[in-house]
Amino acid sequence: MEMVNIKLNGKPLQVKAGTSILKAALTDEIKIPALCAHDDLDAWAACGLCVCKVEGSPKMVRACATEVVEGQNYITHDPELQEIRTTVLEMILSNHPQECLTCGRSNTCELQSLAGDFGIREIPYEMDIKDIEADKSTPSIVLDPRKCVSCGRCALVCQQLQNVWALEFLERGHKTRIAPAGGVLLNESPCIKCGQCSAHCPVGAIYEKDETRKFLAAVRDESKHVSVQIAPAVRVALGEAFGMEPGTLVTGKIYAALRKLGADSVFDTNFSADLTIMEEGSELVHRIKNGGILPQITSCCPAWTDYMEKYANDMIPHFSTAKSPMMMQGVMTKTYYADQIGTKAKDIYTVAIMPCTAKKYEITRDDNMWASGEQDMDLVLTTRELARMIKAAGICFDCLEEEDADSPIGAYSGAGTIFGVTGGVMEAAVRTAYKLVTDNELEDLNVHAVRGMAGVRKGVVDFAGTDIKVAVAHGMAHVEEILNEVREAKAKGEEPPYHFIEVMACRGGCIAGGGQPYNTNDTVRAQRVAGLYNDDEKSVTRRSHDNPEIAKIYKDFLGAPMSHKSHELLHTKYQERPIYSK
Amino acid sequence: MAVKNYVLVCGGSACESAKGNDIYKSLLHQAEVQGVSNDLQIVKTGCFGFCEKGPIVKVLPDEAFYVEVKPEDAEDIISENIVKGRMVDRLLYKEEGKKEYKPENIKFYQKQKRIVLRNCGLIDPESIDEYIARDGYLGLEKALFELTPQQILDELKKSGLRGRGGAGFPTGLKWSFTQRIDADQKYVVCNADEGDPGAYMDRATLEGDPHSVIEAMIIAGKCVGADKGAIYIRAEYPLAIKRLEIAMDQARERGLLGDNILGTDFSFDLEIRLGAGAFVCGEETALLASIEGKRGMPIPKPPFPAAKGLFGKPTVINNVETYANIPVIISKGGDWFARYGTEGSKGTKVFALTGKIKNSGLIEVPMGTTLREIVFDIGGGIPNGKKFKAVQTGGPSGGVLTEDFLDTPIDFDSLISVGSMMGSGGMIVMDEDDCMVDVAKFYLDFCVEESCGKCAPCRIGTKKLYEILSKISQGKGEIEDLQKMKDMGQAMKKASLCGLGQTAPNPVLSVLNAFEEEVLEHINDGKCRAGKCKDLVQYSIDESKCIGCTVCARKCPVNCISGDRKVAHVIDQSRCVKCGACYDSCKFGAVLVS
Amino acid sequence: MSKMTLEELRKLREAKKQEAAQRDTEGKDTLVIVGMGTCGIAAGAKDVVDALLDELKKVGNENVIIRQAGCMGLCHVEPTVEVRSPGIPNTIYGNVDGEVARKIVRQHIMDGRLVNKHVYDKPAADIIEQ
Repeated sequence: MEMVNIKLNGKPLQVKAGTSILKAALTDEIKIPALCAHDDLDAWAACGLCVCKVEGSPKMVRACATEVVEGQNYITHDPELQEIRTTVLEMILSNHPQECLTCGRSNTCELQSLAGDFGIREIPYEMDIKDIEADKSTPSIVLDPRKCVSCGRCALVCQQLQNVWALEFLERGHKTRIAPAGGVLLNESPCIKCGQCSAHCPVGAIYEKDETRKFLAAVRDESKHVSVQIAPAVRVALGEAFGMEPGTLVTGKIYAALRKLGADSVFDTNFSADLTIMEEGSELVHRIKNGGILPQITSCCPAWTDYMEKYANDMIPHFSTAKSPMMMQGVMTKTYYADQIGTKAKDIYTVAIMPCTAKKYEITRDDNMWASGEQDMDLVLTTRELARMIKAAGICFDCLEEEDADSPIGAYSGAGTIFGVTGGVMEAAVRTAYKLVTDNELEDLNVHAVRGMAGVRKGVVDFAGTDIKVAVAHGMAHVEEILNEVREAKAKGEEPPYHFIEVMACRGGCIAGGGQPYNTNDTVRAQRVAGLYNDDEKSVTRRSHDNPEIAKIYKDFLGAPMSHKSHELLHTKYQERPIYSK
Repeated sequence: MAVKNYVLVCGGSACESAKGNDIYKSLLHQAEVQGVSNDLQIVKTGCFGFCEKGPIVKVLPDEAFYVEVKPEDAEDIISENIVKGRMVDRLLYKEEGKKEYKPENIKFYQKQKRIVLRNCGLIDPESIDEYIARDGYLGLEKALFELTPQQILDELKKSGLRGRGGAGFPTGLKWSFTQRIDADQKYVVCNADEGDPGAYMDRATLEGDPHSVIEAMIIAGKCVGADKGAIYIRAEYPLAIKRLEIAMDQARERGLLGDNILGTDFSFDLEIRLGAGAFVCGEETALLASIEGKRGMPIPKPPFPAAKGLFGKPTVINNVETYANIPVIISKGGDWFARYGTEGSKGTKVFALTGKIKNSGLIEVPMGTTLREIVFDIGGGIPNGKKFKAVQTGGPSGGVLTEDFLDTPIDFDSLISVGSMMGSGGMIVMDEDDCMVDVAKFYLDFCVEESCGKCAPCRIGTKKLYEILSKISQGKGEIEDLQKMKDMGQAMKKASLCGLGQTAPNPVLSVLNAFEEEVLEHINDGKCRAGKCKDLVQYSIDESKCIGCTVCARKCPVNCISGDRKVAHVIDQSRCVKCGACYDSCKFGAVLVS
Repeated sequence: MSKMTLEELRKLREAKKQEAAQRDTEGKDTLVIVGMGTCGIAAGAKDVVDALLDELKKVGNENVIIRQAGCMGLCHVEPTVEVRSPGIPNTIYGNVDGEVARKIVRQHIMDGRLVNKHVYDKPAADIIEQ
């Protein structure tokens, strides 16, 4: 690795070539203020706060966008810079409503904390707030242009990381705003509801639709049995809201907290992740053995499903018909579990704690989400919403004793828990499909070919002499590469390049979903990923088909994977949707 | 009937008032008296633009140039020059230290030097043959058959040519960055997105001599190893676009553009990309984004387009005027070019001279010419006997220069040192009727509309500065506003991403610097001395001067002036919209502005 | 028109230069150049061309060629017309309208007399670096 020698405020420092001044400074614990820079994104250089001086040059440079040069001395802080930054900050604040108390980002807002650090006590300029109504058209996120500081993060995430292009810069000058092109509502735009915009927004201009009140109402309704499930990725991230390191596994504390909040039963989405593997794995084996359409593509990510239905609907025949684990859990709660406790679907209120904003959309995405006769999932809350509920309820999260999930749809295998990380669904499926195809168990359960953070990963798994070709993509911008391989092979009449493809919309998978705690970057992602693999390693069973509750549900209720009943309850259909619906 | 001589009498208003008409009559009289009426024609002409030495009389074909002529001199001019064919020495224009009259010694002509505009107004822009006849494509010939890329760069470096788009970066250096990079594709781009208010140098160049730009771009392609180029031109320039298209077609037909140029293995072709008129697209990274089909927003530099430009490929990008210089630099050599201009700024600069100036127009002067020479010699000074107040250079990026700076030589560095900048070449002259708050407000209004909105200091700063200036022009300004404007101006200069934002506060800051007193008058006394800020102005009629001619009442668009014929009129202040029509129409000076 | 080689370009240039030197444009001896930049056109240069053509037809003079050129720089007196006629100094007229254009034909071209008040001196050739 090539290194360069620079000086920061006169102090010699050696950093990797190609490092920005902003990041070089961080290696020496020097924090340069910035609102638009984000580790996940190319420098956009919009906010103007990170200006620095290069000794010997009259011009100031943007620390976020300027790579360090051998021998230079960079001044990151001095009284002149301080004054300029203060003025720029005051200007930005003059365009931002002072509604911190009622803002979803209060206490986590990057602008608020900068204003605090700089000791801004009054804004010398006339206030000028955009008079545009918030866009609440999607079930997932709210876009409030009044609070937008035009840093561009959301648009860049939407365009560069996700290749969705729902958000664009509209108009110019002081009228600049970020919204779907053509001025349509988000719901009429290509938006896939992944919520990455909300996870990257430095202020409260795009945020998850808060539905915590609905949970409280359900709990207070004595006629309802409130049943809550938690997604795999929540258990390695929620702790961050309570000062724990990213990746800290807090599964048992979450179960306990949910019961304190009033849940009548607490289940785990990991159970139905195992169930998904049984269905989806069997579907794959069926396609392979019977000359079905290959590759099969995973369908557990609702943002990906939405993307596919809009941008890649030629892939509909490739999609696994298996519902997502959350939806399977919902319908099992309202059928199988309802029977067990002797109640009816309509008297159960199902809640899912998810790392994801698209899940809020998924529960009503089409008629198949009413398989139990009622709406299978009633409410989705994100990790961030759960954290707020716990705080509001005065629960000392740290002090909670760990508890177990309820039976009979709460136990999970290691395969179920790694659903939350990119490559995890593939790995879990391989563990079970191997058994279904070869009738033997896979020896090394860690399928290294599909692990890691590369945007696209391709590998071959040896199924006792048969090569099963797999590919994994995460971050929507990476998916077209694989889809194009499939399309090309199809056009040329060649063998499909893969048997099985896993796609997750968010970089890193659900652990970095749009509903997870703020300040996610690749370092945080790695910690959360490690947390889930750790959960897998220490699990008693690491294969979905070894989960005893899975065996039981097939024996007592579903019959067999891909049975008629399974199809009715656990499988779905897809449809073409227009990119712009207006 | 052919006449032998022409006697031209300057008929400009300055010379007219300096007895031009009397001279004309005496000349006619003397010609008749001396019996030569049939041998000559005496003509009243438009202004020669050399008013400080007027009245002027010129005799053709001798090229005798007489200055400060009086009616009684007519006799000598006819008897000596026409009858005897000898020039009247005592009337001849002489520059200090030089005795003999020669046409090229006359300051007015000598002050312009046409390199960029060498063909403008002389050749038919739709005829490639006429361009070729004036040594067109000679530079390309040399670049293709005689010079190596390095030698082309050497000539450019020797010439000292700096980019004419505003920032003045050395062109040879810029090209050398692109030349030395090894890449599968490079591009040559022409920035013809001229957008400064009052600037039209590039339009005139493209309309008058499109081949000069095309030739330069081919030379650039040869030099850096690019085979594709694009001219980004605003769609509001339909004639320039049409002539460029014709010129490109002709060049292709002649084998000067396209595959295997002049039979060599070098190929280069061009296409035109239309801009939608966003000022920020004159910023090169925004321009390239716009060509790529993206929203025109600047991106941070480095990387510079020279290394990573159009579609991420190394790209030479220059503006129209820069390119127009290049064919002659190559054909005549860098040393020839470097003879003109100053130490740090070689060659000439084209200016669009407008505003309160007698001879508004497109001029080209060697770098180092002073503002005084441009305004008073070439431009002929301020019309209507008004007093010079300031000249604005650099458009929305520049500043105002007061009388104190009239002797500043115009080049890149000295303009910056006095708080303005060269910009692309707009030059607007202001007189005592121009309010400096209003001027600053005008430019800020422009920047508010044209800021792309990407970076906070520019997006918010332009709007806030404009709002404060509006307040001041309404008499609602506060003394603290001055400091606020300075603070914001400083932050914008330092923290904006591109040139637009970095220079947008210049018009305000330079007005605060040079005309603080006038700004303070608005704030403290609620007074606008120029009578431009409508909220601070009141029109009234001086009863003693008004003769009741009713002209003002008829001109008033809101009919708020009343009064009978031959009786002093009265303005109803409650309905007056302060348009100033009464003031302009009154021939008796009876309308007062306060 | 076919693609040229270097030799052909050089030949063409020489031929055109000689034509220009002899002022022999298509065998005609008087050249009228109208400034047809956007500025000129906006100020009425097209009407001027029409008037010139019409008047030349009326007087039956076929010895004149009318050409367009870009902006001559004299924006304050657009439209501008330059006349190059044998025996009379080259002349630039400013503020030309249809009526003045007709005068230019009748008085300057046909009669060899300059048109009062509209002469804006000879062309700027002497400032162009040769």
